[in-house]
Amino acid sequence: MKRKFKTMDANEAVANVAYRLNEVIAIYPITPSSPMGEWADQWASEGVPNVWGSVPHVVEMQSEGGAAGAVHGALQTGALATTFTASQGLLLMIPNMNKIAGELTPATFHVSARTVATHALSIFGDHSDVMSCRMTGWAMICSNSVQEAMDLALISHAASLESRIPFLHFFDGFRTSHEVNKIEMLDEDDMRALINMDRVFEHRRRALSPEHPVLRGTAQNPDVFFQMRETANPYYDACPEKVQEVMDKFAKGVGRSYHLFDYVGAPDAERVIMMMGSGAEAAEETIEHLNGRGEKLGLVKVRLYRPFSVKSFLEALPASVRQIAVLDRTKEAGAVGEPLHVDVVNALHEGVKRGFGKLKALPAVVGGRYGLSSKEFTPAMVKAVYDNLKLQQPKDHFTIGIQDDVSHTSLTYDAEFSTEPDSVVRAMFYGLGADGTVGANKNSIKIIGENTDNYAQGYFVYDSKKSGAATVSHLRFGPQPIRSSYLVSKANFVACHQWIFLERYDMLSALVPGGTFLLNSPFGPDEVWDHLPRPVQEQIIAKKAKFFVIDAYQVARDSGMGSRMNTILQVCFFAISKVLPREEAIAAIRESIRDTYGRKGEEIVQKNMKAVDETLSHLFQVEVPAKLSSTIEMPPAFSPTAPAFERDVLGVIYAGRGDELPVSAFPADGTFPTGTAKWEKRNIALEIPAWDTKTCIQCGKCAMVCPHAVIRIKVYDSQHLAGAPATFKATDARDKEWAGLQYTIQVAPEDCTGCGICVDICPAKNKSETRLKAINMTPQPPLRVPERENWEFFLKIPEFDRRKIKAGNIRQQQIQEPLFEFSGACSGCGETPYLKLLSQLFGDRAVIANATGCSSIYGGNLPTTPWTKNAAGRGPAWSNSLFEDNAEFGLGFRLSIDKQAEFARELVRRLSGSIGDQLATALLTAPQKDEADIFEQRQRVDLLKEKLQGLDSLEARQLLSVADMLVKKSVWIVGGDGWAYDIGYGGLDHVLASGRNVNLLVLDTEVYSNTGGQASKATPRAAVAKFAAGGKPSAKKDLGLMAMSYGHVYVASVAMGAKDEHTLKAFLEAEAYDGPSLIIAYSHCIAHGIDMTKAMTNQKVAVESGQWLLYRYNPERAALGENPLLLDSRTPTRKVQDYLLMETRFKMLTKSKPEDAKRLWAEAQHDAEARFRLYEYLAQRKVEKEPAKAAK
Amino acid sequence: MVDLTTRYLGLKLRTPLVPSASPLSQELDSIRRLEDAGASAIVLYSLFEEQLRQESLELDHYLSAGTESFAESLTYFPQPSEFRLGPEGYLNHIRKAKEAVGIPVIASLNGATPGGWTQYARQIQQAGADALECNIYSIPTDMDVPAAEIEQGYIEILKAVKSSVSIPVAVKLSPFFSNMANMAKRLDEAGASGLVLFNRFYQPDIDLDELEIKPNVLLSTAQALRLPLTWIGILYGRVKVNLAATSGVHGPEEAIKLLMVGADVTMLCSTLLRNGISHLRSIEQGLVAWMEEHEYESVEQMKGSMSQIRCSDPAAFERAQYMRAVKSMQHVLFPSRQS
Repeated sequence: MKRKFKTMDANEAVANVAYRLNEVIAIYPITPSSPMGEWADQWASEGVPNVWGSVPHVVEMQSEGGAAGAVHGALQTGALATTFTASQGLLLMIPNMNKIAGELTPATFHVSARTVATHALSIFGDHSDVMSCRMTGWAMICSNSVQEAMDLALISHAASLESRIPFLHFFDGFRTSHEVNKIEMLDEDDMRALINMDRVFEHRRRALSPEHPVLRGTAQNPDVFFQMRETANPYYDACPEKVQEVMDKFAKGVGRSYHLFDYVGAPDAERVIMMMGSGAEAAEETIEHLNGRGEKLGLVKVRLYRPFSVKSFLEALPASVRQIAVLDRTKEAGAVGEPLHVDVVNALHEGVKRGFGKLKALPAVVGGRYGLSSKEFTPAMVKAVYDNLKLQQPKDHFTIGIQDDVSHTSLTYDAEFSTEPDSVVRAMFYGLGADGTVGANKNSIKIIGENTDNYAQGYFVYDSKKSGAATVSHLRFGPQPIRSSYLVSKANFVACHQWIFLERYDMLSALVPGGTFLLNSPFGPDEVWDHLPRPVQEQIIAKKAKFFVIDAYQVARDSGMGSRMNTILQVCFFAISKVLPREEAIAAIRESIRDTYGRKGEEIVQKNMKAVDETLSHLFQVEVPAKLSSTIEMPPAFSPTAPAFERDVLGVIYAGRGDELPVSAFPADGTFPTGTAKWEKRNIALEIPAWDTKTCIQCGKCAMVCPHAVIRIKVYDSQHLAGAPATFKATDARDKEWAGLQYTIQVAPEDCTGCGICVDICPAKNKSETRLKAINMTPQPPLRVPERENWEFFLKIPEFDRRKIKAGNIRQQQIQEPLFEFSGACSGCGETPYLKLLSQLFGDRAVIANATGCSSIYGGNLPTTPWTKNAAGRGPAWSNSLFEDNAEFGLGFRLSIDKQAEFARELVRRLSGSIGDQLATALLTAPQKDEADIFEQRQRVDLLKEKLQGLDSLEARQLLSVADMLVKKSVWIVGGDGWAYDIGYGGLDHVLASGRNVNLLVLDTEVYSNTGGQASKATPRAAVAKFAAGGKPSAKKDLGLMAMSYGHVYVASVAMGAKDEHTLKAFLEAEAYDGPSLIIAYSHCIAHGIDMTKAMTNQKVAVESGQWLLYRYNPERAALGENPLLLDSRTPTRKVQDYLLMETRFKMLTKSKPEDAKRLWAEAQHDAEARFRLYEYLAQRKVEKEPAKAAK
Repeated sequence: MVDLTTRYLGLKLRTPLVPSASPLSQELDSIRRLEDAGASAIVLYSLFEEQLRQESLELDHYLSAGTESFAESLTYFPQPSEFRLGPEGYLNHIRKAKEAVGIPVIASLNGATPGGWTQYARQIQQAGADALECNIYSIPTDMDVPAAEIEQGYIEILKAVKSSVSIPVAVKLSPFFSNMANMAKRLDEAGASGLVLFNRFYQPDIDLDELEIKPNVLLSTAQALRLPLTWIGILYGRVKVNLAATSGVHGPEEAIKLLMVGADVTMLCSTLLRNGISHLRSIEQGLVAWMEEHEYESVEQMKGSMSQIRCSDPAAFERAQYMRAVKSMQHVLFPSRQS
């Protein structure tokens, strides 16, 4: 029987197997493994059965630790169970993994291997996570490609049942988990054929059951623990052989053959690389190329890493081997060598001694590191590793792929060396996130992979920004299976789908001579040439490139496609590349349109069809002139005026050339300067707000809601207007307290994302033309230069004295300088306005602990950070520890600061004689309640430092080191709902209970936004989210109510779009409260499926319908005999349905499961009513006056 | 006992009182209650062609917004294998309504342009509707489209729908034609079984606080019956189609007046939304009481008795009547001119 070929990534391939072979699947989102859980949840919600005809139970847990616990329990009671994870998630599973292995329980976990956070977090791939599991007693099996991931997933499940050893099946995060490749599908018969049902029944018989009770999980003493630990040895000894038996059975049934160690290459090779993971594919491609040119090279691909079969390893090596390079995709700082390297050295020593295999003498072995965090691993690098082995003294403990000019570990390589065969078509596409480029390319791979005998591969590189992000698609098509597990560097076809990229990326450097360049251009074939930057013209001429243009923007508009140009550019690709005959390709595109969009309605299908029809008549080949005509040069990534580190390091990363930076360019401990986002000048907005001075009422709301801090307000003396650019706007300040001063609202034109929230929120309308407001979206290009000048002038106007600003009044408060600006968050983000507010109010004395999630990514993903400093150099100090420990991490800040402040006060007392009693007393008794107090205390501290400089005692030096702690610090613990409600809840609860003065800000988007919208316990009933594909069946957890139950926690629930003054009040009260404060902030999110421009209205309707409550619980009121709870929401004036209808997350259920939607919507209404009644009761209840409790 | 029966769209109805398309027919329970209160048939709420199209576009837009931009969040929603974006919900509602009540169920399809109508009409028939009301709802704002083209559009829509169904089709339309009578005639000739007069078009309001245009649906008042009364009176006896009066029927008097000018049925909506479903029963009782008091035997006897062709003063339906009305109001409008 001919098997079906399909194109998919490894996550989908593995989920296909794991879902069908299990009964209980416990899941938790973590990149890059989340899609495996998402597939499982979706299939379960659609009733897809496993191979035994039953639909698995898929359950989302609160953390990976929870998922492992649930799987452990399911296994113990006889079910077949699995989970999917990576990185820190896998680390959280380790305790249970030890137990599961110790109890000899068959199970398989699938891991898309990802970097473990060290000096920085990285979502990309290496083996540092799986290598941390070596001591758990799990078998470890590695897949190198998408096909292998599917095959070895099945082999792992079968082998685990046979051996009773649990299996960790892993493959490289992103490079394999997200690579789309054409694979031969395993069907359910293949799966059933490999699973030995007798072993399943034995697993069931061992289950805990009151029908035949046993005891497991005992505690043991020194007398017997050790012996019992050794009882498992025979199982481990037998395991490799059982795995090979399963592999052989698989080969017999399916036809693909695997071994514990697969040797490829010359049978008489002297030089051999040993490795595992996707890099082995590149290595195999390279040795095929080099052996074809007379080299004698070999490669050992490690399949079963644990239990490590010394015998099988030795048997895999040809007798001719003289040198071995062992490559590890991980770093174990301080070790003798990396794990595989050390294992190989030991295994050779032991194996040769015991006479295994064909080797007569011990080969020389060197170890090297490659590919950390998905660093490219190319044939050029493979060649360098073999070349190193040729040397008299090969470099050991080397690195490959980087330039290590600090420890000099790196091998040099010839980046021009390539093994790409001519038979493979290689294409690169530069697109803008969400313009459809990636989707179109995935479709193209499908079309070619599934309609022809060609093999196809796609890999997609994304930006680290969430708005205005560039994507680069790397596609290969060819007659042989494609093993090139690295990016395309020599492309036959380069397409630029966005005109603006011409000035930003050197796209044509990858184009081969005579290759094709397709440009989406607003200029036609006759005029485009003169508009190209000079370097682009140079390369087109030098490479004799065939140059095509299409105005896809126009075709998209005409066919109703808006900004999505996917179909149009896909047609262009097929028409130009001739990968398929044109008619055949267009027919296939039409069919794929029907497949992809059919379920979304005929309307969508038709507009795509129209786009197909319109495309070819708009596609033109450009007659390339022989001469250069352009004077347009590529601008530098960062302004030349940026500080050296920013310009020469961060700027290079921003330009997409971070791979070129050597080790010495970087700080050793992961520390970076703040205030760097301002150098990016991304210019991604098509329209930016323009201020109408006459209509403006100077309320400050536009600045308050601006998610990117690009709308700034200053109030200043008119003398500062001297030298203002001609178009700089200013008007008289309206606030009575600012009489005689000037007022300016200025937009940062090159940092704005064009979200339009400011215009939506503006309450002032032009009286003659009501469509206009006091701030209006206006095309950016003509404003770019004049507004850039205005912005630079504006920045030079001094900030208003903070001591004179009434922070409780939005109009005044909004002139405070934001110390959070120009983040790469989604355009119109609902979280960032709260962070900006925090930075305005307390930023110059704030320390921020930030849980992993969206806020840690737009807050701290290289190259830049939006956290910044004021003119005095003060600003938020920010760090991200982990996802799960953020509350504890922040509490650590508080404990440390408090201790150092206490020590400082002690030292002030001790040194009061030297520094002066008056200063000492003032330092110790400063109230520090408001800006003026803090200003004065800072002056005192400056004076103190001055005096201490003149004292030469240990105590004086001690006090100097902690003197800054005498100024009040504001500790903020920030994160999303995934952290606060789920994975970090235990810590959050403990920190609240501690009574310490910390401020916890929960940016509640009601889903795990950063990992792509998985349900959390904050997800409201009836919302569709990943892991809740059938609509969340239970109500949102009431975190605020739980926190209030302590009595000593300040709790506020806010929604800026509903009542901005309430939000401001809550922030001020929370920070002023001398104890733990919790602010739960409604944060609209792109994952809600909403009009982000009008998202503040969604917040308003959420409150008006009772779906979201506004309240403040202040323990200080209880001390005064007042009810501590103020319910700031009014009785709901509309139905929850009004709100649900505004958001796709709710509405889509009415289209996917209308009956469930009806029931859940009714329950959501009931939830809102019941919650309002409860809060109303709590807020109205009489309270006895109670003494203020010491919370600490 | 008076005979209230009437015929409409080929259906024999117990009375001429039919609830028109409104939110009242969205729940099966209220459909049952309408039957219990004496509705002789029911027009279901409208299936909006544009709404279905809009929902599909919206879903596509929001499910793909922001996708494939950032490596950790390549999508934001699960991708169900199928969506129910077509009229399935509405079709199910027809089926359930048919099972729930014994009275005829008339489906309502609302749209503006030729297109998806025919497909939906066929599905509506297959779902068991006894008849179909096509609500052609368009407010032409393009100054370059001549009236004739718009009118022809109505005819094309009707023909397309008629060609795909065998159940009777009524057309609900607005009064805003240069020659309403000609339009009625052409629709009659094109195969309409009934005309529902008239549609109440959305007319926006202004929110003075927010300086915004507010979509604001007003319930009709009894005064609204004058327009259908005029045109049904003029059309009665001149076209073959059934005539249904809608707008302004708030009590038995309005129903009687409309029947007298020639309506086959009188449709009710605002009064039931305002006074509750049970008000239907009292209108019927009022109708019977009036007929008994005035010794009418049947609705058929009354039907058209005051129409233009049968009334004593046909000119009263025309411009002459307007002049008279103006004259009679002159002392109120221009008291100073009074001699």
